[in-house]
Amino acid sequence: MSDVAEPIKFFEKRERAYPKRVWGKYRQLKWVAMIVTLSIYYLAPFLRWDRGLHAPDQAILIDMPARRAYFFFIEIWPQEVYYLTGILVLAAVALFFVTSLAGRVWCGYTCPQTVWTDLFVWVERIVQGDRAKRMKLANGPWSVEKLWKLSVTHALWIVIGMLTGGAWVFYFNDAPTLLEQIIHFDVPWSVGGWILALTFSTYLMAGFAREQVCMYMCPYSRFQSAMFDKDTLIIGYDDVRGEPRGKHKKGDTWDGRGDCVDCTLCVQVCPVGIDIRDGLQMECIACGLCVDACNGVMDKVERPRGLIRYDTTNNQEARLAGKPESSHILRPRTFWYVSIISIVGLVMLYGLLNRSASELHVLHDRNPLYVTLSDGTIRNGYDIRILNKTHEDMVFSLTVDGLDGANLRVQAAGDPSADALLVYADSVGHFRVFVTAPKPGAARSKLIFTATSSDEMISEIYSGLFLSSRR
Amino acid sequence: MSNIEKDEHSGVETTGHEWDGIKELNNPAPRWWLIVMIITIIWGIGYSVVYPSWPTLSGDGERGGTVGTMGWTQYKELEESQGEIMARRAQYLSRFETSSFEEIQADAGLYAFAIAGGASAFKDNCATCHGTGGTGAPGYPNLLDDDWLWGGTITDIHETIQFGVRADHDETRFSEMPAFADIYSAEEVADIADYALSFSAGGDFPARGKLLYDEQCALCHADNGTGDRFQGAPNLADAIWFYGGTRAELINQINRPKHGMMPNWDTRLDAETIRQLAIYVHSLGGGEAE
Repeated sequence: MSDVAEPIKFFEKRERAYPKRVWGKYRQLKWVAMIVTLSIYYLAPFLRWDRGLHAPDQAILIDMPARRAYFFFIEIWPQEVYYLTGILVLAAVALFFVTSLAGRVWCGYTCPQTVWTDLFVWVERIVQGDRAKRMKLANGPWSVEKLWKLSVTHALWIVIGMLTGGAWVFYFNDAPTLLEQIIHFDVPWSVGGWILALTFSTYLMAGFAREQVCMYMCPYSRFQSAMFDKDTLIIGYDDVRGEPRGKHKKGDTWDGRGDCVDCTLCVQVCPVGIDIRDGLQMECIACGLCVDACNGVMDKVERPRGLIRYDTTNNQEARLAGKPESSHILRPRTFWYVSIISIVGLVMLYGLLNRSASELHVLHDRNPLYVTLSDGTIRNGYDIRILNKTHEDMVFSLTVDGLDGANLRVQAAGDPSADALLVYADSVGHFRVFVTAPKPGAARSKLIFTATSSDEMISEIYSGLFLSSRR
Repeated sequence: MSNIEKDEHSGVETTGHEWDGIKELNNPAPRWWLIVMIITIIWGIGYSVVYPSWPTLSGDGERGGTVGTMGWTQYKELEESQGEIMARRAQYLSRFETSSFEEIQADAGLYAFAIAGGASAFKDNCATCHGTGGTGAPGYPNLLDDDWLWGGTITDIHETIQFGVRADHDETRFSEMPAFADIYSAEEVADIADYALSFSAGGDFPARGKLLYDEQCALCHADNGTGDRFQGAPNLADAIWFYGGTRAELINQINRPKHGMMPNWDTRLDAETIRQLAIYVHSLGGGEAE
């Protein structure tokens, strides 16, 4: 009873990372990636693209109320959402391809989670100072200094979060108009709700969750190992050269020891808080900051760079075996990824180039299927929809074919002729149509509907049915 | 109480409950869970102040409970959303009321308004007998075809809906066919039926059938069997039979005629709904020009 053992730990307590500032090639690359990706995100909605009078002039716009999506010269209707599927397939395979070549560079440089976390750490450092100061502040008792520094940090995080949420809604509304509304606090609740939600999620994900998102939430980081092979770039610590590690004083000999001076800078700069010298780990997002840190130290102690570097498993094994290093870019894996990208890309291009400016849809009445008229002829009712995807009003003529004596009548206000069905620009024309024919021999007969535009440039065909009684 | 047992692995005290050697630990509820529970309690208190929540024997609320500081009730919300719909309807209704059937038929907006309103009123009131698709049933006319008992123009249809058929209304459409079983023998009735069938089927007919038809039936159903819409006398020469077109069914109808009844809707529906219904029924495919 008296000696109670140390309680079992079922969950590892999170060790919060306080990444130290670092200078170097990969850090610069990360800054560039951050500026480019954030600029695209924040500025893209303000790009304009002239589509004429009847359509919005925003280059990238998802217009929910009007059910249209615009991307520069591409314009899709809801039923064409498979373009989006195609884009997502392309994006996924491109990500696989990059991963098989260069490892988790998407994670390290361009993933929104990484970019915003990096931005938030930068804010943290500007306000609170570098790693040591931040750790001291976090672990120290509450004081006026701690209070104002934390308040300013969190306030700035929330401001960034609001900008993030604010930019998101621009993709769904006319950006300049909405900007004005936001400035005057005159926004619909849907817009305000999205801004609030994304402010909160940005604040939560980039401010608090950080690397835990990659470790516990992100599915991609879990299945990325499936895209890895021995020629994939990984961050590698050269333990042949580095070990045995130990402190080194200027002037001491390098004989009989490794190049690693055990300064732990690679650990201090790591945004996910791991020690890369333990080998490749699940948490590593391949951002290369430890490479920058180690290269700086190697320069100082006048040893060659590259103790930690972008490496491949093959090369690590080759060095161990004393063989020359080599790199293979064309591998079955990369070949297949490129093939899939090409095929999907070509299919999408074909679909895009052959996108029809109009569509014809014919819905047969369900109740009733047919009506017997007093002279014994049979009448079928149809709902006709003619889509006009152009930005000009169009006039269609509708005809039926394939059934002897079939006669078509449009039931609408003003008794319009089937030769002059007006469909407004960028909209769907909806017509009620009756087809009357002498009783056909079969219960089901084929009936071909054809809608032809007045300039005869477009002719849409729909193969429908004409139903009658069996007897 | 005096003897608190602690679990040797975790150091947590046990509740004293044991199942097959496994002891239940007295762990506290997780902190986050506790916080969420306290938040929901605070939320609940706030909610019960703001919204109607407590039942009382006699109160100011809609059903005798507390009112809540916001004064919100489901009834008010219903009224508001109905008000929205009425407001949206009103912009058409004012024009609809003052427009004639011809004007409505020429105006796409008003016509669509009439069809939409008529379709929903039809499903509520007419579909019981005429079917949701308007196809009717034996004894209940099919409204989709071009055969009309009392006329197929919008004005005719409007009058039929307003006053009904054989309904309890002074202006109702009314007619009655005698029961010929009381007058003629079975053979004579069969001859009449054969003659009536020959209008649409052609072929030979018994001379007595024609004789009796001309004497008794032609007054309403016309010499050539085309019927008379003023009296609601069905057309016997077309392909559509109201009470069935077999010889047996026809003989039955001549012997003991069935008479359908349709209520007058002027006391049940408002005038504009009846006008909408007339336009809707007219649009189903068999509508005739005025």
